Amino acid sequence: MQTATHIPHDVNYLDYKGKYKGIFAWIFSTDHKRIALLYMYSMLVMFVFGVVLGLAMKLELIAPGRTIMGPQTYNSVFTVHGVIMIFMIVIPGLPAVFGNFMLPIMIGAKDVAFPKVNLLSWYFYVAGAFLVIASVLFGNGTPDTGWTFYAPYSFKTGTNLLPAIFGAFILGFSSILTGLNFIVTIHRMRAPGMTWFKMPLFPWSLYGTAWIQLLATPVVGITLVLVALERIFGIGVFDPALGGDPVLYQHLFWIYSHPAVYVMILPAMGAISEIIPTFSQKHIFGYKAIIASTLGIAFVGYFVWGHHMFTSGMSGTAQYTFSVLTFLVAIPSAIKVFNWISTMHKGSINPDIPFLWAVTFIFVFMIGGFSGLVLGALATNVYVHDTAFVVAHFHFIVFGGVGFAFFGAIHYWFPKMFGRMYDKAWAKMGWAFFTVGFLTLYSPMFYLGMMGMPRRYYDYLPEFHAANILSSLGSWVMTFGLLIIVINLFRSAKIGAVAEINPWNGKTLEWTVPSPPPVENFDEIPVYGEKDGPYEY
Amino acid sequence: MEHVTQHSDPHYDQEASKLGMWLFIFTELLLFGGLFIVYSIYRFLNPEAFQLAGNELNPVIGTINTIILLVSSMTIAMATSSLQKKNKGLTILLLEITIMLALVFLINKYFEWGVKFDHGIWPGSQHLINDMSKGEILFFGLYFVMTGLHALHIIIGMIIIIVALKRVQKGTVHADRPSLLENAGLYWHLVDLIWIFLFPLFYLIH
Amino acid sequence: MEKEKHHIVPYKVYIYILVALIALTFGSIGIVHLNLGGYSVLGALVFSTVKSIIVLAIFMHLKFDQPFLRIMVGFVALVFSAVIFITFLDYYFR
Repeated sequence: MQTATHIPHDVNYLDYKGKYKGIFAWIFSTDHKRIALLYMYSMLVMFVFGVVLGLAMKLELIAPGRTIMGPQTYNSVFTVHGVIMIFMIVIPGLPAVFGNFMLPIMIGAKDVAFPKVNLLSWYFYVAGAFLVIASVLFGNGTPDTGWTFYAPYSFKTGTNLLPAIFGAFILGFSSILTGLNFIVTIHRMRAPGMTWFKMPLFPWSLYGTAWIQLLATPVVGITLVLVALERIFGIGVFDPALGGDPVLYQHLFWIYSHPAVYVMILPAMGAISEIIPTFSQKHIFGYKAIIASTLGIAFVGYFVWGHHMFTSGMSGTAQYTFSVLTFLVAIPSAIKVFNWISTMHKGSINPDIPFLWAVTFIFVFMIGGFSGLVLGALATNVYVHDTAFVVAHFHFIVFGGVGFAFFGAIHYWFPKMFGRMYDKAWAKMGWAFFTVGFLTLYSPMFYLGMMGMPRRYYDYLPEFHAANILSSLGSWVMTFGLLIIVINLFRSAKIGAVAEINPWNGKTLEWTVPSPPPVENFDEIPVYGEKDGPYEY
Repeated sequence: MEHVTQHSDPHYDQEASKLGMWLFIFTELLLFGGLFIVYSIYRFLNPEAFQLAGNELNPVIGTINTIILLVSSMTIAMATSSLQKKNKGLTILLLEITIMLALVFLINKYFEWGVKFDHGIWPGSQHLINDMSKGEILFFGLYFVMTGLHALHIIIGMIIIIVALKRVQKGTVHADRPSLLENAGLYWHLVDLIWIFLFPLFYLIH
Repeated sequence: MEKEKHHIVPYKVYIYILVALIALTFGSIGIVHLNLGGYSVLGALVFSTVKSIIVLAIFMHLKFDQPFLRIMVGFVALVFSAVIFITFLDYYFR
């Protein structure tokens, strides 16, 4: 069965003709690079849905009272927006696209450890996405619980919730398989001589992420199963009428969903840790400190879930324990920021597109992080709980953090992935519009939340009108920036100037292979010597 | 045929598939772990009701099923040893015994659940909701969910063992490529491991 | 990577282990009949923990495998116990 298939090493992964033709050459391919692109394109489709729903919400909120939709529609819109954006965009985001594409190349392997499982995880992704869409299109009403599916409403609502829950469950499985694959790949397939502490930081961040995916996702899986069983049979576990405790649902849900935030942000930080040294042409400052903070965030982040529940009637002991633990997470996050800034210090900085994204990432991440401290403190949390302040905070972290890092990463690795360079003038314009739009969209929400505007309402008091108009305008500017970015990248993938092997003078292994990389990445597996390292400038 | 783009590493990596299996086992442990959290919280909140409801369960069947699973764990562990000793016939026999034991476990479970149904106890049944306290409803809810999920894992485990058995018979799983059998064994021990905790929590409440 | 040496466990070891596990099962049944009150759950769980460690070490070959697998299993057990502990900080003090 192990037929000696000779794969020519001068054929890149995009042009390679395998056994299958046309689209099947992609959806049956176990090449980690093709799977990465499959993820990217399917995520783009879902992202369009998510953005349209987001725009619809901002349009509704441009004036008080009913503008384009009523309360029930608005509830459904923010639910589906949340489910799509969280489960299908930001959680798989960087690991599934850049992790799949770059991890094997960066550690000097020909593929991930289990290529077929890798493809399977994409099938699960697609199946989960279809189920969520089915919950929108069929049945009696689109889910209206919010992406958190809080009990007891999640089994009381008459809307078509089961497919959405089942979809989220399957998406979780997809995430688990990706994490499992990465851990085994990193353990078993590093190039000879690449010790743990010679591994680049992006793979390190994927390693921390993978452990969270592995250990946290099953908990939400079983929780969603319990909600489904509650809906179907009425087993009582979360139903107060039958003795259950809805707060326990919140515990279980956040035991996953808080660590999930670190599934989103850790790979983003990893990508930034690759971009900054390359564009400063300098060894990363505090390599081991960054690794330690990655693992520290992954570990401590597992025990802070309760800060989503400060007003749910938890015991005081639990409240201040969670508050203290939450503050602890700020330490490793700050260490990373210091390391990035110190790396730039006295470097020869090349302010190219990826670097711009990375620096803006640090900026929005800091705003998001500081507002997180406001929410982590008990007293202020109670004051702004469930207001627009929270919405602003998590969009700065989740969309700001992951989004800016994702765009930074795509502009960084694009020449490697497609062998062509994008148009830099358009890319810069896209960045500018996006950044300005982003800040205009979300910054007013901090103010609105402080003034007391609750989240998840289609309506608001007249005094919030001005700030809401500003925010809605921002959503249009940001979407315009998004359009420029996406169109520029698509165009450049076809007609851009042919890129060199190493346009940024990076030192990690992906810059040693041709662009686009050949099917099995390396002719010969690279060997790391005593003096080699990922950031030796 | 399947190795077109797989790492062309000529030797197959037994350690990698073992590590992968272990990682999968961790996710399974945390899947049940969520249920154990729910169980421990509700038992803490309703100690008397859990005791009352626990007396409904038959500890004899529980003990028999525990021993069945322990024996089956031993037989599949022996099967991996005999495969390494290149004793194909014994391997096949041991795997067949394991599958039979799993089947007996499921039959016991079927009768056990059947008795509960006869007493009018099933999730959401009128008897449960009208005549029992909230703690008892929770106990039986968790009983059906946890033993049901465990039984589902028994079925999955059986399928995996059957596949491994077929591969051993065909000769594609042998002393030099034992991963599939070893992983089937690991999975089966996981099922045993979970039962080791389910048994005292449901059948030994006094 | 060189070929990792493979430890073949003799059949009789497995038989001893099975006997020990069954003995522990009856031990756990015995301890809950001792009327220890609230401690009987604890007793039964201690027996279960010992049993699971034996299954992990011998049946699942952890004793003969590379140390990092043992570390991982210990780590997972630690994380899970910590999660239960923290959840009880809510319910115990409510």
